[in-house]
Amino acid sequence: MLKTTNLSYAYAPGQGLSFPDIHCQKGEHCLILGQSGSGKTTLLHLLGGLRAPQAGEVMINGTALSSLSSAALDRFRGQQIGIIFQTAHFVQSLTVSDNLALAQHLAGVRPDRARIRNLLERLGLGHKGSARPQQLSVGEKQRASIARAIINQPAIILADEPTSALDDRNCGQVLELLEEQARAVDATLLIVTHDARLKGGIPNQITIGQP
Amino acid sequence: MNILRLSWKNLTNKPLNMGLSLVLFGLGVGLISLLLVLNDQLQEKFSKNLAGVDLVVGAKGSPLQLILSSMYHIDAPTGNINISDAAPFLRPGHPIIESAIPLSLGDSYRGHRIVGTEPAFLALYGAVLAEGAMWQRTMEVVAGAGVASKLGLSIGDTFKSSHGFDQNEDLVHEDAESFKIVGILEPTGAVADQLLLTRFSSLWAVHESHDHESHDHEGHDHESEGAGEPYPKGLLDYQDKQITSMLIQFKGHNIQALNMQRAINENTEMQAATPAIEINRLYSLMGTGTKALRWLAMVIIIVSGLSIFISLYNSLKERRYELALMRVMGASRSKLLALIVLEGLLLAVLGYVLGIGLSHGAMYLLADQMRETYQYDFSWAHFLQEELYLLGGALGIGLAAAILPALQARNTDISETLSDG
Repeated sequence: MLKTTNLSYAYAPGQGLSFPDIHCQKGEHCLILGQSGSGKTTLLHLLGGLRAPQAGEVMINGTALSSLSSAALDRFRGQQIGIIFQTAHFVQSLTVSDNLALAQHLAGVRPDRARIRNLLERLGLGHKGSARPQQLSVGEKQRASIARAIINQPAIILADEPTSALDDRNCGQVLELLEEQARAVDATLLIVTHDARLKGGIPNQITIGQP
Repeated sequence: MNILRLSWKNLTNKPLNMGLSLVLFGLGVGLISLLLVLNDQLQEKFSKNLAGVDLVVGAKGSPLQLILSSMYHIDAPTGNINISDAAPFLRPGHPIIESAIPLSLGDSYRGHRIVGTEPAFLALYGAVLAEGAMWQRTMEVVAGAGVASKLGLSIGDTFKSSHGFDQNEDLVHEDAESFKIVGILEPTGAVADQLLLTRFSSLWAVHESHDHESHDHEGHDHESEGAGEPYPKGLLDYQDKQITSMLIQFKGHNIQALNMQRAINENTEMQAATPAIEINRLYSLMGTGTKALRWLAMVIIIVSGLSIFISLYNSLKERRYELALMRVMGASRSKLLALIVLEGLLLAVLGYVLGIGLSHGAMYLLADQMRETYQYDFSWAHFLQEELYLLGGALGIGLAAAILPALQARNTDISETLSDG
């Protein structure tokens, strides 16, 4: 479960961003909509514990992120939060499969090659496990980043503009895949986007950046 | 997948950068290691070959040359001395001298020196016969273990010597009687291994055959020397002959013994030199060159440390997003620090291993040439404790090169970096 209260952040004095309270139940899928500059990415970073809010609180499964030490927050993030970014980045020196194994290792989970193989199969990347990230197409990279986000069966999946760089066909596929995989691990899915194509896909929507 | 493996993958992902850093580091470590190994082996051999000799007496000239030629069999002798002049020191019962061993030099066989001497020479180096017998007659030879093995000599073999110490077919004494191997020594690890030892009179006999027609017969009588055995008497019976030098051991180091060197140098046509003093002088001469090379190696290592630093620093720029991503996946700040430090240390360890390999490989390749120059066996498998300290130094440089990039990685602002991506 994800819950925020009175969340705000300011990059400079007088340029504060205030966000509406969010309350997503376990397994629920939410869409956070907003125009460019509305603070979507900032909100996602606050939710993922990548940035500390100046006021307010983020609670995930009953844990207040502000109560965690830096190292505990890193560990918590690795185990409980899966994040997918607009541009899929990887550790270039590792294969796709090793990138997933690294995600397990860093979260303190014993690397499970069988699970990695199964997950890649499910995402249509079974034949790409030993490929380097730079050998993947844009769509394959996005699917591989979804695989990495869910490999540790997180409680929350956060996706930042996951479809903005994709064509309509890939956009639909990725949304479907995200929802399917979130359901498979019973995770709360929260997508922040300005991509209007997603509006019809997820009925639970919050719009930010509106006066 | 663990941090060590990830460090390794990151390094091998940029083989050119890694190769350059490794080669530079390896060269620096290799040069220092080679200097250490060479220096140690040379000092060990030089010390071993001091053999308790207190004084070397020979012809006037460079004292270092006298020591090098008579004790280490490296340089050319300073000349010869008359037995009549040397006789007071060679006579048994000298109040100060425990032993005085005569040496006659001047000939060689396939680059190995032939030394005319007394059987007591063997005792200086603790040499014992492995097979055969000691020489009894002129032209009989006992071969050192190294020379016998290298030249494939065995008991009963004969050979003709060459004039001088270089291998030169034109200088072979074709008209002289052949030397005959009668014994082979056990290895000693000292210079005796590389020598062909014979009776003091053998070199006289070889050179006499040249000059026989113009030879001055005064002072000795071939008729009385017995058929087939020239110079059957003791060394002191040939006062008109010459030897190259004497190796002297004192009974004790009293004031008279200490004054002997000065007395010889001031009052005779001969020269006396103390091996320990001359070898220390040689070390200090060599030390200047060694020091310069050591500084050069240090500069190479520092440059390689800089190369590691630049390589890691540049790779950080390219891997900013990767590092932030690792934080997203749960890596702590200290894990990122450890990752970059490990990359620096891995490069240092690999550079060290390459350097040690290069150094001992070079020793292996140089060993033959060094044996010819210094008359000793040099071992490529001679490892030193200092080389372990060198590993400590290498790790220190790896750490120093990596620490700034590692701190930068540790302080990566995840949100800011990912927002830029």
